[in-house]
Amino acid sequence: MSKIQIGILAVQGDVTENFLATMASMSELGIDGTVIQVKTTEQISELDGLIIPGGESTVIGQMSLVNGGLKKIKEKIESGMPVFGICAGMILLSKNSKDKVVGKVEQPLLDVLDVKIERNSFGRQKNSFEANISMEPIGISSFNGVFIRAPSVSETGSDVKILAKFNEKIVAVKQGNILATAFHPELTSDISLHKLFVKLVANLS
Amino acid sequence: MIPLSGDIPDSKGVICEKIDSNSVVRGNSTLKRGFAHMLKNGVVMDVTNVEQAQIAEEAGAVSVMVLDKLPSDVRKAGGVARTASIRIIEEIMNHVTIPVMAKCRIGHVYEASVLDETNVDMIDESEVLTPADEYHHIWKWDYTTPFVNGARSLGEALRRVEEGAAMIRTKGEPGTGNVAEAIYHIKKVNEELRTIKSIYDSDDKQELVKMARDLKVSYDLVEETAKLGRLPVVNFAAGGIATPADAAYLMSLGCDGIFVGSGIFKAEDAQERARAVVLATTFWDELDKVKEAQKMIDERQSLLGLDVKNLDLKMQERGSTV
Repeated sequence: MSKIQIGILAVQGDVTENFLATMASMSELGIDGTVIQVKTTEQISELDGLIIPGGESTVIGQMSLVNGGLKKIKEKIESGMPVFGICAGMILLSKNSKDKVVGKVEQPLLDVLDVKIERNSFGRQKNSFEANISMEPIGISSFNGVFIRAPSVSETGSDVKILAKFNEKIVAVKQGNILATAFHPELTSDISLHKLFVKLVANLS
Repeated sequence: MIPLSGDIPDSKGVICEKIDSNSVVRGNSTLKRGFAHMLKNGVVMDVTNVEQAQIAEEAGAVSVMVLDKLPSDVRKAGGVARTASIRIIEEIMNHVTIPVMAKCRIGHVYEASVLDETNVDMIDESEVLTPADEYHHIWKWDYTTPFVNGARSLGEALRRVEEGAAMIRTKGEPGTGNVAEAIYHIKKVNEELRTIKSIYDSDDKQELVKMARDLKVSYDLVEETAKLGRLPVVNFAAGGIATPADAAYLMSLGCDGIFVGSGIFKAEDAQERARAVVLATTFWDELDKVKEAQKMIDERQSLLGLDVKNLDLKMQERGSTV
């Protein structure tokens, strides 16, 4: 495959950390490609893969609606572009989301990942935690999961593969070209999940 | 990348426990500073009730900050400004999905403990309220909830980080609708950062030790900051921001995000202005979007504002100077 281009959606949230983790992954895998921070539809249409970072899903959703970015991302994912959604990104990819305390809130979603999400599933910031996660289906037996006001998946469609659970709650899933985690691999020095995503984009896996 | 580790040994705020036989850690630097990272490129809005909090959430605020009175009303009211009513904070927590912050008085260990117990997502040890201790700030490592502190200089910012702040906001002059002080302080911090970076790059250890003494901060933290060339935690701008153009300008000076106090809910077009400030913060580097945002507001409905030269009360100067 020729040179790949991976975008980090740079609307709101921890964009830089994902940028660096993706750069490191490409270099470690020896894959020729570029990583760019993207906001506009023109930039998004050029991409081979996209990471939607952690942040506030309500903000990233609303601000991506403004310039048509959200619609373009949905088109690209539906036509097969790999996407990796982290925390807020996982919520945005979902078909359905409600908050654990507040309940249903109107917010723009991409409606491509066949799951129901419970937002703030583990509680507020004081209950944010680090814990060891196992993702056996993708050969990662131990991963330091950083959960910050994290969501979880409460229901999955038949095409959704469950990659990890924590205390019976689903925290990582894969559905075809879509990868999503409730925790933040970009806040650790372990780049194995970003590498997995880069391989998915480069069509190596 | 901004480092996420930085815990002091035996910090009381760090909790190790088991949940259903799984070991978890809470309240460490990764989780506290990591939380601040999730706010980047966002706008935190001051609110005093559920209705304002919902307007803020719908407008795209990344978080809301609960106060008893907006800063410009604190200024008018005089007297002692204290932390907001817990009942109102809880009511807001039950009605919005975004993080909820609240302010405690500088040095008021028990107001902070009550907010920690209330489970707010972040505590702001703030000069907008009347300081409770003129000689000490709170030792923030004792708390599981992360803190944000204000700063007017690099030394002030790093001293707060040393006390455990997970986030900094460069101060302006709250409740004035006047952005001049916010601009002055971020430029000053940037200039000081450039100075220590150039000392670090020239490998002059002796000069860096001298800088640490001048800044009244430990050498290790000064060295780490100098190497990084920026503050070692997320840094937002605050104080006096009233328009989308104010917000965009501060983003262009390298701020990671924006706090807006009286600027939104003391304006007469609060709903539209809230959306406009978020738009300008997100797209600060696209001038057509900033213009679009600026067009959404009506200058005749802005907070009238105050000249910072003739203030009876300079909030930015409150609290211990070391």
